[in-house]
Order: sequence, then C-alpha cells, then structure tokens
Amino acid sequence: MNWHHQHRRMRREAVGRYMVMAVFGLMTLAFFRLQVLGSDRYRLQSEENRLRPVTVPAPRGLITDRNGVALADNVPGYAVALIAPSVDSLRATLERVSPMAALDSVQIERIVQRYRRRSHEPVVIVPDASFEVVSALEERRAWIPGLVIQSEPKRRYPFGAVAAHVVGYVGEVTEAELEANTFPAARLGTLVGRDGLEREYDNRVRGSDGVRFLEVDALGRAVREAREESQLEPQPGETIRTSLEIGLQRYVSEIFPSEQRGAAIVMDPRSGAVLALYSSPGFDPNAFVGGIDPELWRNLSRAEDSPLLNRVIQARYPPASPWKLVVAAVAMKRGIVGLESRMPIPCAGGLRYYNRYFRCWRVQGHGDLNLAEAIQHSCDVYFYQLGLRLQLPNLLQDASALGFREVTGIDLPNEVAPIFPASPEYYNRRYGPRGWTNAVTLNLAIGQGENSQTLLGMMRFYAMLANTEGVAPEPWIVEPASSQSRMTLGLDEESLLGLREALVAVVSRGTAVGARIANLHIAGKTGTAQNAHGPDHGWFIAFAPAENPQVMAGAIVEFGEHGSSVAPIVTQMIARHLLGEDTPAATATDVELTVPDDSAPMPVPIIPTPSTDRPSPRSTTPRDTPRRR
Amino acid sequence: MTRHGVDKPLILATLALLAMGLATLYSAGQTDAPSAAAEIWKNQLTWLGLGVVAGVAFFRISPRILEWATPFIFAVALGLLGLTLLVGTGAGTAAGAKSWLAIGGVRIGQPVELAKLAVIFMLARHLGSRREPPNTLLELMPACVIVGVPFVLVGLQPDLGSAMVFLGILFAMLFWVGVAPHLLLLLASPVISLLLAFSTAMWGAWIVVLTLLLLWMRPYLLEGLGVWMTNVLMGVIALELWSNLAPYQQNRLLSFLNPEIDPRATGWHIIQSKIAIGSGGLVGKGFLDGSQKRLAFLPAQHTDFIYSVLGEEVGFIGVLLSLTVFATFLLILARIARRATDPFSSMVIFGIVGLFLTHILVNIGMTVGLMPITGIPLPFFSYGGSFLITSILCVALALRVAWDSRGSGYLEM
Repeated sequence: MNWHHQHRRMRREAVGRYMVMAVFGLMTLAFFRLQVLGSDRYRLQSEENRLRPVTVPAPRGLITDRNGVALADNVPGYAVALIAPSVDSLRATLERVSPMAALDSVQIERIVQRYRRRSHEPVVIVPDASFEVVSALEERRAWIPGLVIQSEPKRRYPFGAVAAHVVGYVGEVTEAELEANTFPAARLGTLVGRDGLEREYDNRVRGSDGVRFLEVDALGRAVREAREESQLEPQPGETIRTSLEIGLQRYVSEIFPSEQRGAAIVMDPRSGAVLALYSSPGFDPNAFVGGIDPELWRNLSRAEDSPLLNRVIQARYPPASPWKLVVAAVAMKRGIVGLESRMPIPCAGGLRYYNRYFRCWRVQGHGDLNLAEAIQHSCDVYFYQLGLRLQLPNLLQDASALGFREVTGIDLPNEVAPIFPASPEYYNRRYGPRGWTNAVTLNLAIGQGENSQTLLGMMRFYAMLANTEGVAPEPWIVEPASSQSRMTLGLDEESLLGLREALVAVVSRGTAVGARIANLHIAGKTGTAQNAHGPDHGWFIAFAPAENPQVMAGAIVEFGEHGSSVAPIVTQMIARHLLGEDTPAATATDVELTVPDDSAPMPVPIIPTPSTDRPSPRSTTPRDTPRRR
Repeated sequence: MTRHGVDKPLILATLALLAMGLATLYSAGQTDAPSAAAEIWKNQLTWLGLGVVAGVAFFRISPRILEWATPFIFAVALGLLGLTLLVGTGAGTAAGAKSWLAIGGVRIGQPVELAKLAVIFMLARHLGSRREPPNTLLELMPACVIVGVPFVLVGLQPDLGSAMVFLGILFAMLFWVGVAPHLLLLLASPVISLLLAFSTAMWGAWIVVLTLLLLWMRPYLLEGLGVWMTNVLMGVIALELWSNLAPYQQNRLLSFLNPEIDPRATGWHIIQSKIAIGSGGLVGKGFLDGSQKRLAFLPAQHTDFIYSVLGEEVGFIGVLLSLTVFATFLLILARIARRATDPFSSMVIFGIVGLFLTHILVNIGMTVGLMPITGIPLPFFSYGGSFLITSILCVALALRVAWDSRGSGYLEM
C-alpha cells in the first residue's frame, strides 16, 4: 500500500499525536515537580539568592563609675564591607579600592580568607574607617560593586590608661574562641571583651546584633534595602554601673609613682566594693579599638614590665610584714598569746636558732615587747618566737582556712591564686623529708619563705581586721545580685580592737609615721618584700578611720625599697576619699621618714658550714628559705 | 467546513505563541540593573514584521516550485554552511562557535536555519518520490546522507544543539513516511550505544539486547553485521570522542548529570533556572516581577533560558497554558500534514513538526534539567531574527499547504 494512502496517514497522525502528547506530558510533569511539589524549597533558595544578610552590630553597653560617669562608651564609626559573588570579583574590587582604603597586600589576603569562610555575607574590609575614606569610597560607589558602608558604634575609653586594667578593652573574636564557643552568640567579626570588666561582663555588655537584608543582583551589586519587617533591630548591651569612683581612680593614677611598677586598690571594707583599682605601668585601651596595630601589640605583650598585667590580682609578692598580723591573729585565735603577751627572749637585734642567727631588721634590737608593741614596731624576733610557738602545721592550717590559698573571687577575669603551702607535706615533697628544717617556720612567721600573695588577697585579710565583726565580704566591682560569701577571722571584738590599735600605732608612732595625716586616724601596716632580682618591693595596707573603718587602701610598689615610701601614697588615697578633693596632698610627704627597712634579713650561720653538708637540695631552693653559706 | 480559506486554528495558535513570546521577551529585558536587553523586544518586533512580509511572499509560492527548486536550495544551504565554517563568526552566548555569516562586519544571519529548511525539503523530495517506505537500512542510506552532510558541517561549527535538530527532523520524517519502528531503532542504535558507553555495564546490556533484536528481526546479514559492528565501534570510540570534546561541552554534559558538581560555574545555569521556575510556584511571582530574572541570576534570559522567565513570573498555570498552546500548534501542523494532497507537501509539513518539536523539547527540557544545555532557541520566544523568520516561513508554508488541500476538495473524514 502506498505510504501516502489516507488510511496510513491517519494512523500515523494518531501515533504522532500520542507521541507529541507524551513529550508534552513529560514536560508538564517536570514542571509540576518543580513548581508545585518543590516550590517551597526553590522559593527559599530564590530568597537567599537575592537577600544578603548584613549584620548590624549592637552598641556595647556603657560601663560607668558609681556616679554614672562613663568609663567605656561608644562614638559613631563606620565600617566598610563588600558583597562579592566570587573570590575573583572580590579581588578585582579590592584592587580598585585599595588605594583609597590604604589596604596592603597582607590585609587583602586576610580579607580574602575571611570571605572564603563566609562568602554569602558582606566581608568587612575596613572595620574602622575614617570619614575621609568613607566619603572617597561613597563618591565612587558606581564602580565598586557590592559596597556596603554602615555606621558601626566604636568603643571609646574616655579615661584611657587611668582605668585600663579594671575596665579592660575589646577585640575581634578569634577563630579558636568561636570554635570553643567561649563567647556565646558571637560570630565572625564580633567585638568581645578582652580583659577587665569588658571581659567579665561581656555577655551583659555585648547586646545582640541586628540584621538587615540587602537585595543584591547576580553581580553582588546592592540594589536596595529589603522590606522593613524582615529586619532585626540590634539590642544594645546593658549599662554596667561599677563601684569605682573615677575621681579617686584618676587621683590614684596620678600619685602612683609613674616610673615604677606596682598596684594600688581602694575599697570599702564593709561591703567589699572596690573604689579604685590601678596597676602600673598602664596602657591605652583605645589602641585596641578597630584592631590593634600588630607592632604595638608585640610591644605591649612582650614588654619587660608587662603593662597588660593587672598587678592587683595577677601578680604575687612575698607578703612581708603585713603578714605578721596573720600570724598574730591565728595565734590569738588559738589562745597562744594575748595582746599583752611577751616572748621569752627579748629582741637584741636577732635570734639564735640552732646553728643560725636570724636577725631583726633593727640591728640595735627592740628590747622586751608585748604583742601590740611587736606589731607596732614590726619586731622580727618577737614573731620568730611566736611562729615557733604556734608551730608550722598550725600556722599553715589556720592561714589556709583564712583563704590564703584561694582567689578572692573578685569579678575580674584571670585572677591568680596565691602560693601558700597547705601542710608540711609540701616541704617534704619539695625538699625531701630531711631536706628542710623548722627554720622555715621562722621565715613564714615574718611573711617570707614559701608564701606569695596578691595585693587583693592581703586586702581581704585586712578587711576582716577592719570590720568590727571580723568578717570580710568578697570584693566586687559590679554589685552582685545575691549576697556573697563572707570570710570570718573568728576573733572576739576585744582582740580585734587591740589589733586595730596596734595598727593605728604603726601609723602614728611606728614604722609608717611619715604617712600620718592630721585629723585622720589611720591604721595600717608596712611591709618590705625581699626580692632577689633587685631592690625590695614595698607594701602598705591601711584603713581609716581606725575606730570605724569606712575605707581601706593598699599598694605595692615593685622595687619600692620598703613599705614606708609606699605608705604616703596609700594614706593620701584614703584622705582623698574621706576628706574629698581638697585634701592637703602634701601633708604626709612633708614629714621626714624615720622608718628603716623592716624586711627580714638573711639569717647568719653561727657555725661554719661543714663540707659534708649536702649541697643545696634543689637548684630551685627558694631564695628566702634558710640557706647555708 | 469551509472549502477555501486559511487554516484559522494555525493562525490563532501562532498568534498566541507570538504574543506570549513577545511579552516574555519584553519582561526578560526588565532587570534591576539596566542592560542593553531592555530594548531588544523592539528589535524582535522588527524581525517579526520582516518575517510576516517574507511569510506572505512564501505563502504565494506553490509547493511545486519549491519541490523543483529543492536541489538548488539544498546546494546553496550546504555552500553557506561550508562558507560559515571558513569565515563564520561567533556571537552572544555562543561566541566561541562559528555560526554567523557576516558581510563587512554586519551579521546577516545564521545559515543553519536555512539549512534546516533545506534538509526538510530535500528529505521530502527524496522520500516523497517513493511509493513504498524504505524497508532496509540500505534504503535509508540516501536519507541519512542528506541529513548527515549538514549535520557534520554544523557539528564542526560546533553547534551540537542545531545538529540535534537535524536528527529530530530525520526521525520525524522517516516516521511519517512509514519506516518500520524497528528499523528506526536500528538506525538510532549507534547513538544509543554512544550514550550508554559511559557505563560499561549498561553498554554491555545494550549490546546483548541489540544482538537479540538483530537475531529476531533477521535483516540482511551484511546489514545486521554492519549495525552490530557500528555499535561496538561507537562503544569503543566513545571515550576518544569524549576527550575530543571542548571542556565547556564536557562540563555541560557533566553538569547535566549533576548540576551540583560545580554550582558556581557550569551548574550555575541549571541551578538558577530551576530556582527561578521552582520559586514561581503555582501562579508565579507576577508578570515583570520575577526576582531571579530582575536580579540577573538567570543566564541568557532573553534567548536560551527565556522559558525560565515565563516559569518564574506566571507559574505552573502559565506553563501549562503555554505548553498546551505549543502542543496544539504541533497537532494542527500534524493534521495539515495528514490532509496534504501531495506527498512532498505532507513530508515537508511533518518535517516542520519534527523541527519544532525538537526545538521545544530540547529548549524547555533544558530549563528544568531534562536535557543538557545546548543553545538552541525556543520558537516564537527566543530573541533572534534568523530563527523567528524561519519559524514564520514554516507557518506560512503550512498555511499554503492547508489552503491547497482545502482547495482540492479535501473531505474531512
């Protein structure tokens, strides 16, 4: 049959019709699958396609002093970011932008790296741009695709180095911290507290970032701002009111010897509130804002005098003579001595103990003293004997119970724990059971030996002495919500009163007379910590008014020779707080200092060292333990 | 039933497609970042005017004259294809291919469009002159040569998409002339073998099936052996052919299989097209309001991927409507082919059906990932003068054939 016959054509047309319908049916199915079944998924992808989230950083909350003066606030700043569809296009844009934004090749590489991690978000190229840079870029917006300029609050520390250690500073969160989730809810580029209160209260101060959406095209050019309702406003961080008093803080920073290292703290012994906290040398926290210059960072972190160290809580010193009060307090608590008790051997400038001679700081000797007088004159010989009578295990046990092995728990990060033996076992482990003698007790009794305390730790003990009930609250800078734990000395009021009187005598008649300030009854204790590396460290801790202490202050000056030179600084801090700004600042310094070094000198061996004597047990023999020469 | 007059359904369907095509093309130009594409719908309108004029002229030419002139047309078309290979230029999304002829730097057209028509005419003349359909593979050889020469010339440009259209035309017309299905299968077997060669197991299975098929059909021994040998050969050289493909062609095929291989580069087109279409949902984002399109996420959105714009903006409803019109258009053409009074006209019209069907299937299939990416235009939608005019000429020819068959007293059966 001819293929062109009508019947055959009709049959083939029918077949052809089915085939066309099959093809179109198949296509319809494909579209149905995509547009009806997969619609939600693709709609989401399409939204993601065109909307780029831009983080709107929340302003960090203010940190203020007790009167509401801002110690850390924010000023308007600008961040420049780029939205780029690919690394190549980012590089091309950076190439164009680099002369205006002053980017070098290292910075460009860092930006590209950041982009690779989060390519769908705008990558910040200048975190803290000056107005000139912003306007230069804004002018050329047409040929910088994906340019996003957003105002970003910039942290400012109005008082700079004055309160640097206590307020702290901010820095961009690091990759490692993000992985470890050190800062909850932080994201790449978030500024987090790096030190001080900024770090301690980061969660409260940081606030939560907002998000706005930019609509972009395939080349990453921002077309317009997306609808209002899809935006998330940033929540500013909480304002933190501290117990600090910035006037006092500044005063402390001014009177502290500027060339010397050390620390000073002023607090209210009754509540534990810190009024001023200063560490020297300082640094300018404003240098950290917007990313610190790497060279400056190297200088700061490697400097010999460690300016980043907060010496109030992060440096340990031999507690020296202020420690004598600890010995006196635990001995009184055990009923071994009273304020009137005398020791069998009067001070003649030293004490012979077996084959060694332990000297008193006063070569002429103090004669026969009772406990109150011994405190007043800081007589070493009296305390050698008191230590021996107390016995080493008791001394270690009681002092540990008073918290001399623990951090104080102040609300600042990275407080270091003091070093103090928990029991004689410590000496056995360190020197071997026969490697040490009871002579360590003599050293411990006058605050030398294996004992390193922080300034704040000693302050807590003196707060117990200052308060009438002999208790001390945990120190704080931001008032804690719940009542803190308190530490009790466990002495009756009469004994406490006696100790306070002895401390008053220190300032009015004893080792710190140079620090006496008219009209103020100040109680305090000097100390000179022996230092193998150079001049001794000077301590002074005081509180006033002695009858009803409202304020206490303490300072340590490294290489300060002795506590008497520190005393005027401390008494002036107290006077500044109690009497106000118009204190006669020179009152104390005018007085001639008559107080000599009260540190414990090296014991002198009476019998020459036999050659059979074991060599120095460990090369790590502490410098303050009795040594044979 | 009017005995005389134009085929109104065909005109209506064509007008509907043209209207939808122009509207979509206009929308494709409306992007947020202004581009040159915003004004191209006006150019398309100019082409359309030219096409209508050419179509009216074409309508007046008797198929008899065409049949007589076919060898010359075919020769000219082949000559132009050869010339294109020598002096052709690239353009637009296919800048790397030599597919355009230009005089003095002005591009005047793509000879492949003329070649498609010429092949249809030549095949119609060759097959229409037969009383019986070809019964053996040997008898199919002349037809294969007629398609094969332009196929190779176009493939060398290289323009794989258009080359595929020639195959579509060949199979449609062989089907219309009544070639037995199993013969078509044997004819297609080398291509199937080539495609399956990427999986040794699949290819092995196919060879077994083919062997059984040959044993059952009992063609001439030499023919059977020839087919079998060709299939084996295809399987062997497949890898060689693959490594000879340009990297972009390899990537296209790879990303067809899995768009996620390289979502930023090759797979980008498919992924973005699917996102556009899928996010259109049932009713679409609204005419002119497709966000994928507005923000230029769609590649080649006024040519190859124009249907994605339609899918995004008018949704599944619009897709269903336009697909229905396309299908109706093809069925009307098939009906005209059936009613044609002479074999040549009938063959030509069904060749046109094959032409359009291949274009539609490959283009629309590509936007949803059913087909690999080949840059062939969608009739009446894609921007481009040569193909629009060719399409209108095809419609004009169909109208003429319909007119003739009605004039000859064709009775509805």
